[in-house]
Amino acid sequence: MSAVEISSLGKVFNAGSANQVDALVDIDLSIAPGEFVSLIGPSGCGKSTLLRLIANLLEPTSGSVTVNGKSAKQARLDQDYGMAFQQSGLFEWRTVAKNIELPLELKGWEKAKRRARALEMLELVKLADFAEHYPWQLSGGMQQRVAIARALAVHPQLLLMDEPFGALDEMTREHMQSELLSICRRTGSSVVFVTHSIPEAVYLSNRVVVMSPRPGRITKIVDVGIEGERTDATRDNAAFFAGITAVREALRGVEMSDHVRGIEDR
Amino acid sequence: MSNAPSTRNHQVMLRRVRRMVLFVVSIVLVAAVWEIYKAVGPEAGGKIFGWKLLPRANDNAMPHVWEMLSRYTRPELRGSDRRIWSVVLAGAWFSFRLALVGFALGTTLGLGLAVLMSRFKIAERGILPYLVVSQTVPLIALAPLVVSWGGKLHVFGWEWPRWLSAAVLGGFLAFFPVAVGTLRGLQSAASASVELMDSYAASWTQTLFKLRFPAAVPFIVPSLKLAASSSVIGVVVAEISTGLKGGIGRLIIEYAREATSDPAKVFTAVFGAALLGLAMSGFVTIADLYMMRNRPKEATA
Ligand SMILES: Nc1ncnc2c1ncn2[C@@H]1O[C@H](COP(=O)(O)OP(=O)(O)OP(=O)(O)O)[C@@H](O)[C@H]1O
Ligand SMILES: [Mg+2]
Repeated sequence: MSAVEISSLGKVFNAGSANQVDALVDIDLSIAPGEFVSLIGPSGCGKSTLLRLIANLLEPTSGSVTVNGKSAKQARLDQDYGMAFQQSGLFEWRTVAKNIELPLELKGWEKAKRRARALEMLELVKLADFAEHYPWQLSGGMQQRVAIARALAVHPQLLLMDEPFGALDEMTREHMQSELLSICRRTGSSVVFVTHSIPEAVYLSNRVVVMSPRPGRITKIVDVGIEGERTDATRDNAAFFAGITAVREALRGVEMSDHVRGIEDR
Repeated sequence: MSNAPSTRNHQVMLRRVRRMVLFVVSIVLVAAVWEIYKAVGPEAGGKIFGWKLLPRANDNAMPHVWEMLSRYTRPELRGSDRRIWSVVLAGAWFSFRLALVGFALGTTLGLGLAVLMSRFKIAERGILPYLVVSQTVPLIALAPLVVSWGGKLHVFGWEWPRWLSAAVLGGFLAFFPVAVGTLRGLQSAASASVELMDSYAASWTQTLFKLRFPAAVPFIVPSLKLAASSSVIGVVVAEISTGLKGGIGRLIIEYAREATSDPAKVFTAVFGAALLGLAMSGFVTIADLYMMRNRPKEATA
């Protein structure tokens, strides 16, 4: 059973009106349990939309999404996934620890257990000293790490991440990438990861999904051939560079055709 | 980082002291302006561009400041042994309690209506216009009606007390800012946060208490300040227009009747009403400090 199964999925915004947008057409994608899949493509190609369809925060116009063999809606109700966005979206009236506890609270966990898990997650994102701080007392990068800790707190089978490391500096970013991979190894979680960084996509993923806009669709799926566990040495690996080149070429194709279409439009 | 909180506390203290000093200075200034006008103003009032704008500066219309102050230490009535300050204070305390009840009633109603309106779009469209209209009904017209419930209305064997009518009129003015402010606040939660709660499959009540209400606090706090002063006005006007005994409103009309023989007397009651307003806003300020204690402080920094 695949972690996520998407078949002939389509999403149209404002159907029938003058500003109708074909955000996604005819998307087919199957993600295996424990697999790490990145979505990459120019702005407006529907990456976030696809993620929100998987999360059942949007209803598809056509086609279907199943998560863990259930409908996307059932998976959401069962809290089968954790989610992190580019904006941390922390609640300013809650302390850092309390923010991480939020999903556990809603699941009905008891207090001591919640607190223990929150502190464990804070340890993971290297913010153990900031448990009792408020989000507005933290830097943007620190806030983002808290949001990631919150998404990981329920140890979800599926992680949906929309440019979660976009606001981080390069050092923290690489650190968070390795941490994310080691967490996923431990929990066996599958990840759908939206990013604008080719090296990030290649370093993290088993497969990189390259998308193109107007209408949003999948143009190519690049298999990353990196063997074994990914470490810092992976970044010097020939397979890593091969992956980067493959993704870059796929993206260049997208930009070229985009450019050509742009001329035709005029 | 380690000594930042202590310097911040220090600054907060300084700011409070400065505000207190400014408050005293402003009172002294008003008293000074009063006395200066008394000294130079026209005894019988004056006209500007044909309008009678300048108030009379004689001792009857504008008693001296020290006259008003010393009036507090003299008895209320000739031969009575109750000094006027204790009468005014007791009246203000009576009205304060009524205003508190009105404030509580109004706030509860306002919060309830706001939740209802945020839950159902139809309720918002159906209720909000009536709320706006309700505030255009003059309180003076409403007061006798509500006061007539006193002693007449029986709810399950419980008799409607007369004082409750005045509190209800305070609540009638107080609920409106709370309803409108809270509604805006409940709707102010970021859509990304609402989406986050949806992704947790949170119920409507969970989203209300864990997201919408906390997000609404910065909107609720100023609306409570308005509600506090509205409830005082409502109660005092209700007392005046119905002659309810015991409160500061009644004292104002009683003392105003003696304005020709004892002009300073009515001012003692008017200041009592001002004190009542101050006490009420102080009460709300404490609530404000408590509710906003963990919020970003950049606005005041
Ligand atoms: N709620 C909405 N209503 C109308 N149109 C929308 C809505 N959400 C997204 N769109 C449109 O759908 C298209 C895809 O948007 P989406 O946010 O998925 O892009 P994206 O690939 O995530 O872009 P970016 O890289 O900039 O985040 C865009 O053209 C956008 O304008
Ligand atoms: Mg996006």
